[in-house]
Amino acid sequence: MDAGSHSLSAQIRHGGPWRTVRLLLLWSEPVRGYLQFSPTLIVLSVTMALPFGLMLLYSVWTQSYLDVNTTATLANYQAIGDKPLFSALFARSLWISGSTTIWAVVLAYPLAYYVAFHVRKNKIFWLILLTLPFLTSYLLRIFAWKVILGYEGVINSSLGFLGLISEPIPWLMYSPMAVTITLVHAWLPFAVMPIFVSLEKIDRTCLEAANDLGLSNKASFFRVTLPLSIPGIVAASLMIFIPTVGEYVTPVLVGGPDGLMIANYIQVMFGRANNWPLGAATAIVMMGLITLCSVGFLLLMYTIRRGAR
Amino acid sequence: MGMEQQSKGRMLQYYAWVAIVIIYLPVLLLPLFSFNDGRYIAFPIRGLTLKWYIEMFNTPAMHKALWNSIQVAVVTSVLATAIGIFGAKAVTRYRMPGKGPVMFIVMLPLVIPTIVFGTSLLIFVRWIGLDLSLFSIIIGHMIICIPFSIAVLISRFEGFDRALEDAAADLGVGAAGTFFRVTMPLVWPGVIASVLLCFVISFDEFIMAFFLSGSEPTLPVYMYSRMRFPQKLPGVLAMGSLVIMASVVILILAEFFRRRGQDRGIVASGTGLGI
Repeated sequence: MDAGSHSLSAQIRHGGPWRTVRLLLLWSEPVRGYLQFSPTLIVLSVTMALPFGLMLLYSVWTQSYLDVNTTATLANYQAIGDKPLFSALFARSLWISGSTTIWAVVLAYPLAYYVAFHVRKNKIFWLILLTLPFLTSYLLRIFAWKVILGYEGVINSSLGFLGLISEPIPWLMYSPMAVTITLVHAWLPFAVMPIFVSLEKIDRTCLEAANDLGLSNKASFFRVTLPLSIPGIVAASLMIFIPTVGEYVTPVLVGGPDGLMIANYIQVMFGRANNWPLGAATAIVMMGLITLCSVGFLLLMYTIRRGAR
Repeated sequence: MGMEQQSKGRMLQYYAWVAIVIIYLPVLLLPLFSFNDGRYIAFPIRGLTLKWYIEMFNTPAMHKALWNSIQVAVVTSVLATAIGIFGAKAVTRYRMPGKGPVMFIVMLPLVIPTIVFGTSLLIFVRWIGLDLSLFSIIIGHMIICIPFSIAVLISRFEGFDRALEDAAADLGVGAAGTFFRVTMPLVWPGVIASVLLCFVISFDEFIMAFFLSGSEPTLPVYMYSRMRFPQKLPGVLAMGSLVIMASVVILILAEFFRRRGQDRGIVASGTGLGI
């Protein structure tokens, strides 16, 4: 920085006023920063923001046979509000991803706790072991659950072999529960990381102090460790809840008709039904609901934290 | 450390190993069935065979899909990393007002349901009059990969002493010279890690490709289309097993490069595999 301002003052002394303004602008840190950031911002504006704006526009248009009627109307939103099919699909999507989030976070917490407090040498090994499956073979991992839960699948055929059941358990496959189980399995590794990070940040002397002050291990967990790891729990919850509301593959492969979610409807609108405007409106309502739930959740956690103090 | 503490640690350790087994077991079922001598993916296993691997070699449509995926993943990973370098350098080197909100938006694709990007890009691509192609898939995959690339590279850029760049500038090396002769040699492990990670993510991505592929499917889209025909499936599983193995190797390589020369705490260096 020192060197930069040095040569800057030298250059200003030699140049005229215009040159001075130009140099000052170029040398101001935010301007240079954003200049360097601009390729990223331009690419993401064109590929993310522009299409999203276009989708907003589409959502107030309507489909009339093969053409799109570009008169602005709220008819699509009206339809989403009126038809019980939509509220049922939205409610099921939020319910499935809500319960997925809770299960994944609850099951991941002890894992994160174990790696943060009990593993000493091989933390990186454990973290890689836990994250690796999350980044590979998404489709095949979901499909594997079809093999496990199916009528002739692993669970039914093992239970049948052991003589515990005479015919396959009907609700194991093609139900909202099957979707939830599959999603918990797919997202659990993802929940470990943020919780681990927040646990790792906890100052160990706090815990020693709690012990010195006579708190039992259990009490110090609930009154020191758990409250301090709330940021990790919040991050993990949002990182699972937000994407799973829009889950498409899992309901198709293991959900059956009773387990379909809102994304499946959006896909039908963009595919077979060929009603892009209604599909766009549905996607936007989904995003709105996700935002509402997330903000509500954040406010709730904020109040809990303040109350705990 | 008391007795109670130790037994608690033991319990947690059992729990962790059981969790690892449950996390990995379903993934390992698929390679198992790729050797199964029966058309249906169900127990009991009928005997071991390599015929599905032979079928895989004799299915040109699968080769085409594989080649499409490789093309998309190579272009995506290189472009996303190139863009990520600018982004990561800007964020770590400059104090910029509004950096927080801007980074929030850049990282949004990590959580927002992919179907939202897939459908809006579909509208966009058709609206500007382009046909769906591998190119439209690449655009979609860039959105997903850029945040990963930036996250990996930020930890790299934070890891080295800025004074080295300033010294080069002091010695009269130009901006481009400083970048290629000082910055790049120091961050290249991060760059390689980013390329490898983005390659695997793009290669594995399904939803975006599902909405944005025209007549040329990527491998996941092809596999998905086969999942409705049980007779065609074992061949797909054979390919899937090979892909899983290759992905794991590439991801481990990426992690190796990401951590290379970084002797800092796990928390400080980002949170593992770029997340």
